[in-house]
Amino acid sequence: MIDIGIIGAGVIGCAIARELSRYECRVCVIEKCEDVCCGTSKANSAIIHAGYDAPAGSLMARLNVEGNKRMDALSRELDFPFRRNGSLVICREEKEMSALRALYERGIGNGVKGLRLLSPMEALEREPNLQEGLAGALYAPTGGIVCPFLMTIALAENAAANGVEFRFDTEVTGIDRAGDFYRLETQRGIVESRFVVNAAGVYADLLHNMVSKESIHITPRKGEYCLLDHSAGDHVSHTIFMLPGRLGKGVLVTPTIHGNLLIGPTAADIPDRAGTNTTGEGLKEVMEKAAVSVKGVPFDQVITSFAGLRAHEDGHAFVIGEPEDAPGFVDAAGIESPGLSSAPAIGAMVADIVRERLSLREKSDFVACRRGIINPAGLGMEERNQLIRENPAYGTIICRCEGVTEGEIVEAIRRAPGARSLDGIKRRTRAGMGRCQSGFCGPGVMEILRRELSVPAEEITKAGGGSAIVTGRTKRNGGMHKTGKGEGL
Amino acid sequence: MEKRELTCICCPMGCSVTATMDGGEIVEIIGHSCQRGKDYAAGEVTHPTRVVTSTVSVEGGRDPVISVKTREAIPKEKIFDCMRAINATTAYAPVEAGDILLENVAGTGVDVIATKAVVKRLYT
Amino acid sequence: MREYDIVIVGGGPAGLAAAVSAKKAGAERVLILERDQEAGGILNQCIHNGFGLHTFREELTGPEYAMRFLSMAKELRIPCETDTMVMGIDRDKVVTAMNRRQGMFRVRARAIILAMGCRERARGALNIPGYRPAGIFSAGTAQRLVNREGYMPGREVVILGSGDIGLIMARRMTLEGARVHVVAERLPYCGGLQRNVVQCLYDYGIPLRLSHTVVDIRGRERLEGVTLSRVDEWGRPVPGMEEDYACDTLLLSVGLIPENELSRSMGVEMDPVTSGPVVNESLETNIPGVFACGNVLHVHDLVDYVSEEATRAGENAAGFASGVLPGAENMVPLIAGRGVRYCVPGRIDVKRMAQELPVRFRADRIYREALLTVRCDGRLFLRKKKRIMKPGEMEEIFLRREELCAQSGLRGITIAVEEE
Repeated sequence: MIDIGIIGAGVIGCAIARELSRYECRVCVIEKCEDVCCGTSKANSAIIHAGYDAPAGSLMARLNVEGNKRMDALSRELDFPFRRNGSLVICREEKEMSALRALYERGIGNGVKGLRLLSPMEALEREPNLQEGLAGALYAPTGGIVCPFLMTIALAENAAANGVEFRFDTEVTGIDRAGDFYRLETQRGIVESRFVVNAAGVYADLLHNMVSKESIHITPRKGEYCLLDHSAGDHVSHTIFMLPGRLGKGVLVTPTIHGNLLIGPTAADIPDRAGTNTTGEGLKEVMEKAAVSVKGVPFDQVITSFAGLRAHEDGHAFVIGEPEDAPGFVDAAGIESPGLSSAPAIGAMVADIVRERLSLREKSDFVACRRGIINPAGLGMEERNQLIRENPAYGTIICRCEGVTEGEIVEAIRRAPGARSLDGIKRRTRAGMGRCQSGFCGPGVMEILRRELSVPAEEITKAGGGSAIVTGRTKRNGGMHKTGKGEGL
Repeated sequence: MEKRELTCICCPMGCSVTATMDGGEIVEIIGHSCQRGKDYAAGEVTHPTRVVTSTVSVEGGRDPVISVKTREAIPKEKIFDCMRAINATTAYAPVEAGDILLENVAGTGVDVIATKAVVKRLYT
Repeated sequence: MREYDIVIVGGGPAGLAAAVSAKKAGAERVLILERDQEAGGILNQCIHNGFGLHTFREELTGPEYAMRFLSMAKELRIPCETDTMVMGIDRDKVVTAMNRRQGMFRVRARAIILAMGCRERARGALNIPGYRPAGIFSAGTAQRLVNREGYMPGREVVILGSGDIGLIMARRMTLEGARVHVVAERLPYCGGLQRNVVQCLYDYGIPLRLSHTVVDIRGRERLEGVTLSRVDEWGRPVPGMEEDYACDTLLLSVGLIPENELSRSMGVEMDPVTSGPVVNESLETNIPGVFACGNVLHVHDLVDYVSEEATRAGENAAGFASGVLPGAENMVPLIAGRGVRYCVPGRIDVKRMAQELPVRFRADRIYREALLTVRCDGRLFLRKKKRIMKPGEMEEIFLRREELCAQSGLRGITIAVEEE
């Protein structure tokens, strides 16, 4: 019997796990994929929103602003990259300026600090590549950019260091209440847990509705993106939003924390909870809309495109807390944008609910800090050589586009929870994230995974499950005819 | 009479050449633009040959496979027989480029030779 | 800091040939920096034959061709640091490199030869919609897996793009027991050599579908299928012309891009058409003493031309290092005119020219019975009849120094295609 079973190892599940790891309790994160950060958390705008969007007085508004505030301390504590690059909401129609002013007022009401309305001139001074014909802009200095992979991984590693257990490739297929605990049915057997936290992203309504009659409904809302090369990374310095529309915040243009340029997302409601395919129309829309707000976006520098699914709850509300008819079952559902921004606050809020209900005591030996994988590119020559002397693997570049060394890749595999796939390595080290998209480093990373995990090459996957990279060896019937000068083994 | 359509590979022109055959004999070749093209077509319709290149498994080497080729071109219809023999072969390192790994492959009278050296693996 | 006459970045066919010729031309201290565990570059995975017909008058496989130059470099005692990545080059020709033996280290060079080769265009650059499963490889990555690592990337294969590596891999995968269903090419003509179309596709009954592209990719874990569609003359998919193929592997052979991140970071002027440096008749970039050759300069289809070009770069670099090569003065631009996509070199100092200078270029589409012209300031200087020109096959024309010297006050040379 565990105390708390958290379903879902996205940024929300991991933030909750990390907050709960402060207390004396047995926590287990149950994830259907092979790694953390495999769903919505891995495919989004990677933005820390200031907090002017959410409806005034809503839980969403409170958690967004609070989550945003916590980011500086959290990113220092857990050593993941975060920067307040500031965001600009641009308005291109004089008649829509009232909507922009309303956004400003709402932001002030939500407690967002430093908001300012800018004249077209002031906006252009800040961001010279804004498209002509500006009516005005809202500037939010607290808006930021983050690496959602490294943020989730940092939370997970810190949780694991403080005793949280992670079970991957484990899908929860049923939940039963059995007196004062829950029985979670998985394909790897039953997990019994006193409390259950539902952080299952686009699947959260399915789980919720297994235990509660107050049903909720989540629609996967697809967002398609294009990622551009480093060479385009300084095309804009702020995150550029359009005025929000009915389906969300429109297509944004933003630098990423790693120096790429990101444009997107679209917004299309789809029936398929795993429908992360991009579409011809979607990618076209992304580029067309990006060109409306920013001029000269170098679309020929696109290095990849992807789609993510927002967990859109019918009322566009964060559903956080225990349903009345399901004590011990705590939802963290409907977490769509600004979910990433709110994650630190959601983690604390859910942990508070559970702590109170289970009367948890604080651990005396909680370790608040976690150090990321060392990035040799950030070191001076002497320090770097010291590192290579201690571990020569840091002297071998595996991914030339992003300059990732063998040492970093080995470290990513050896950590807990560690990388087990090419995508796992990519999210932790950026190997394969560059312009050649793993064409060069793929075979090298595969070889390191094979060696470190002691498995045959055909078991190395791109992203777990049936995503094997190679199907086997070329010479399957070798050995009948022996030749050569060697004596054999 | 049988007509055989070919694309000439002698130059970027890529002429479409038609050879008319009677039994195994060439009756007529048309469509070529030069003598080289005519010779190529004549060879292709009577005794087409290819050099086969592939790899052979290596035991005890730094590389898991070694690149090989048929020393000379072999009849085209023997390509897959040749591949079966190559696939059934394992070479033991060290191997030097030019080493014969397979003699008289698939009865063609042509040897399969290594095109690269593979040194012995120093660790196991 | 160690000092060298010439440091060569990259030990592939270009780097090796440049090193050999530089040494022969009198440069004493020559160093090759190579990122792979052995020199030879991409030739090591190009195990097929067809290399060296121009250079050695015989047909060699890639590894054999590489070995010829490796032996020459060895005989000349040219050091090659393998497993070594060049991290940066600054304008005073200090090269920062790294490996696990020496860590980060710096060497100073009198002349530098850029010979980093090229990389393959990836799926992302094409914006092909669909899922992102395992089983999608660039053709060169698949080639490496099969020929060097001995792994099978998959069994049921579709190939997008008719570049030579894609064609070669169609045959290679077939020989290894895979089924190659189709090679699709977005353009109305093939990107690779005619010989490869015949010997890699037709020999094995693999269809080549011109004016077709992949418009959808299915499969969430491993690739399960792709949709091909016919495209119109602007490359846009024609609705209603889609066909589904079940496959577990998609190979992409959709273009090569010279790898010039180092060149750019040191301030080398780039040609937006070739994505390679702009060089003069001596294959020298805008930075005096920094030369470029091989696929980092422009993508070649035959390695023999790479070796020839690199040989010239090596000689010139040796000349620069010893102070024999005069400084470039009167630069005359060489202009790609109508029908010509680009030409290399991009400018000429007639005084520094060899007796005969090869100019290499590509046509922008297929031309038959065309007239190739070279004009000096508009005046017809040279004309050559061409029965056929294809974008996929590099063209060459020779300019003679004496004849150019006779053109007084020369301001520009234009190469163009004039259809008859």
